Amino acid sequence: MSALSLLPARRPVPGVFVALTLTLTIGWLVVLFDGGQLFNQSTTVSLLHVAAGLGLVAVGQTLVILGGSLDLSVAYVISLSTLVAAETMNGSDGAVLPAIGLVLVVSAGVGLLNGLLVTRFRVNAFIATLGVGLLLKGYLDNGYDGPAGATAPSLVQSLGYQRVGPVPVSFLLLIVVTAAAWFALSRTRFGHHLVAVGGDPEVARLSGVRNDRVLVTAHVLCSMCAGLAGIYLASRLGSGAPRVGTEGLYDLESIAAVVIGGTALAGGRGGVIGTVGGVLLLASIDAIFNQLEVDAFFKQVIRGVIIIAAVAVYARRAMRKAA
Amino acid sequence: MSDSRPVPLLTLRGIGKSFLGVRVLDGVDLDVAPGEVHAVVGENGAGKSTLMKIVSGGYAPDGGTVEFAGATRTFRGPRDAQRAGIGIIHQEFNLLPERTVAENVYLGHEPVRRGLVDRREMLDRTTRLLASIGETTLPADARVGQLGVAQQQVVEIAKALALDARLLIMDEPTAALADHEVELLYGLVRRLQERGIGLLYVSHRLAEVFDLSGRITVLKDGRRVTTVDTADTTADELVRHMVGRELSSYYPDRAAPEDRGPVRLNLRDAGNRKLRDVNLQLRAGEVLGIGGLQGSGRSALARAIFGVSPFTTGDVTLDDRPVRLRSPRTAMRAGIAYVTEDRKGEGIVPRQSVLDNALLASRAVFAARSGRAARTVRVRELLAAVEVRGAGDDQEIRFLSGGNQQKVVLARWLALNPRILLFDEPTRGIDVGAKSAIHDLVRRLARDGAAVLMISSDLPELLGMSDRIVVMRDGHVAGELPAGATEEEVVALAVGTVREPVQ
Repeated sequence: MSALSLLPARRPVPGVFVALTLTLTIGWLVVLFDGGQLFNQSTTVSLLHVAAGLGLVAVGQTLVILGGSLDLSVAYVISLSTLVAAETMNGSDGAVLPAIGLVLVVSAGVGLLNGLLVTRFRVNAFIATLGVGLLLKGYLDNGYDGPAGATAPSLVQSLGYQRVGPVPVSFLLLIVVTAAAWFALSRTRFGHHLVAVGGDPEVARLSGVRNDRVLVTAHVLCSMCAGLAGIYLASRLGSGAPRVGTEGLYDLESIAAVVIGGTALAGGRGGVIGTVGGVLLLASIDAIFNQLEVDAFFKQVIRGVIIIAAVAVYARRAMRKAA
Repeated sequence: MSDSRPVPLLTLRGIGKSFLGVRVLDGVDLDVAPGEVHAVVGENGAGKSTLMKIVSGGYAPDGGTVEFAGATRTFRGPRDAQRAGIGIIHQEFNLLPERTVAENVYLGHEPVRRGLVDRREMLDRTTRLLASIGETTLPADARVGQLGVAQQQVVEIAKALALDARLLIMDEPTAALADHEVELLYGLVRRLQERGIGLLYVSHRLAEVFDLSGRITVLKDGRRVTTVDTADTTADELVRHMVGRELSSYYPDRAAPEDRGPVRLNLRDAGNRKLRDVNLQLRAGEVLGIGGLQGSGRSALARAIFGVSPFTTGDVTLDDRPVRLRSPRTAMRAGIAYVTEDRKGEGIVPRQSVLDNALLASRAVFAARSGRAARTVRVRELLAAVEVRGAGDDQEIRFLSGGNQQKVVLARWLALNPRILLFDEPTRGIDVGAKSAIHDLVRRLARDGAAVLMISSDLPELLGMSDRIVVMRDGHVAGELPAGATEEEVVALAVGTVREPVQ
């Protein structure tokens, strides 16, 4: 009890890291047995690349889920962002900063719309963000058949492919964003209030928290994270891709990563560190199965099992705590 | 009457409030002096909650004035009232179980340094605040969800004090507390008094009101009946003011010996994880009281009979036929009804209508399409028969008072024509008037031939209602007492100071 209460806000490391270690160990052994090598340069790099893209979205998703909301529009925001970035840059290195700025503004705008729908108009978050997502989908499907624009070569080289040792720059970006989000959650009023709103909106309101403002902010930040992911994907692909978000299943996978990372889907409990663990877990499974050349459909089955298992474990724990 | 008192902290004059044309409060006057505990009593629906919400900024009054600390105030919301120095501690705590004590206490006004939340400062201040109300063992960084109810209440009080509350409203503060925790609360209240904080104390438990308050205001039907000095009144007198009825007339007559029918339910050496070797007979026409301490297996017994967590050992016979009650559904089909202890959590579906709540069990268990209309008609009749007041059938049940909610729950079970009724704390948190209505109803059911098992922590109720009393201890039957037993006998069996009498 006393040892526990010394570290109250920093809760015990979520089980996801245990699962991650286990998965990597077992995966490493199995791949070794299969005659491969899990931790060579190229697999590690690609694992971290996968993690960076999903991670950026999932960290943002963590914020809204902590606040008791949800964002299903992120996949479309990502696609839109790749296009905005690539078309603004149009291959010119000089336009990188304006392009990034524009992406952030556009995605923040979408987030604002999401947030206002959820708070002011009291539309259920699931429906509101799904609706906004479909709105964006309509725009994308109407205007684009395939890749468009061109990402500036300097950005492709840096964010897209450069790395420090085995660690891609994009993964470093994820670490920075995660750290910022962690800091915001534990050290700013916004963070405290966000968790309170997710935990119990009525308690938060009666304690003087401006729930709506907090939730709108979370939605804006979430969309901006998706925007960052879009910029990253644009620099990976070299152009804007109107379906990259949905084909990558970034909406559902980001939510899955958040939940695997120990954040309660109902809000009020969890954090971004766990989410990064969840992202790494999903990416590791991907990497292991790629090494083993497992059938892609079977891979999906396994992922589904893992997600369900994770949630079941958390539910059991919550039950034991309540008993 | 109170001219010699110091300048009041809070003065209410002629407060009125209507909802949808129904007058809930009418011309209520009340004042609280610094350091005074002013109790407000009255039946549910008398307007206590509304009055408290007006004081704490939840509602704006339609008429009258609220004067606080010498100035007339119009609060724009709860936050406004908090800032002014009025704190309210609700029956249900407004705390976040996943956050620490300090994070809860300073939620909404976290101390900030250079734009960032100053965690250390927050912890220090919380520790000091807790110490100032005599709570030194509670760590400021403990997670609230891990604390007991009494400690959570302390956190609530600290939360109000963190906003420099000078007036504290306590709404049924002891409803969730165990007996020894109530003592702690008493100490806390006195310490708050010494600090010059005025307290408005709303409670159904008259014993507390007499222990703590200096003055008592009685509300009835939205009007102030009287305000009396506590020293000058008695419980009987208060009850008369509240309902216009004497205390002694609470309990209906017991069953005559010839009313007792055959054994309906017979448990032989029944047990499960929480119960062992329970032998019990429940007869038609009687009210069997179950006494015992919290956690002694009283609720576990009811839950086992109702199939929520079924017996795993022993035999159960129903009307001399062996049965296995594996689930609530089988129990209901066997004619058993269970009114749970936790009305909010297990009794009602808050956002459904009164009618839907009343129909819940019959719809679920006897789902035949035919006779739907007849069923609805019957449930409407039952709702009228149990006298659910002040509500249309299609109103959401959460807007009803506790007593009326309980009556709806009763109607739900009566619709099944149960032969065995299990009541777990049927009158907890219910006002005096509704309480005696429920007592009458329980007795009437027994008289009509139902077998009733009633769990109650309220000893006068247990003794007043029961034809026999079975006392539980540590998951088994500690002993049985006849009607007319004393409180001491029940308690002695419950805590185990006497040898178990041979059954």
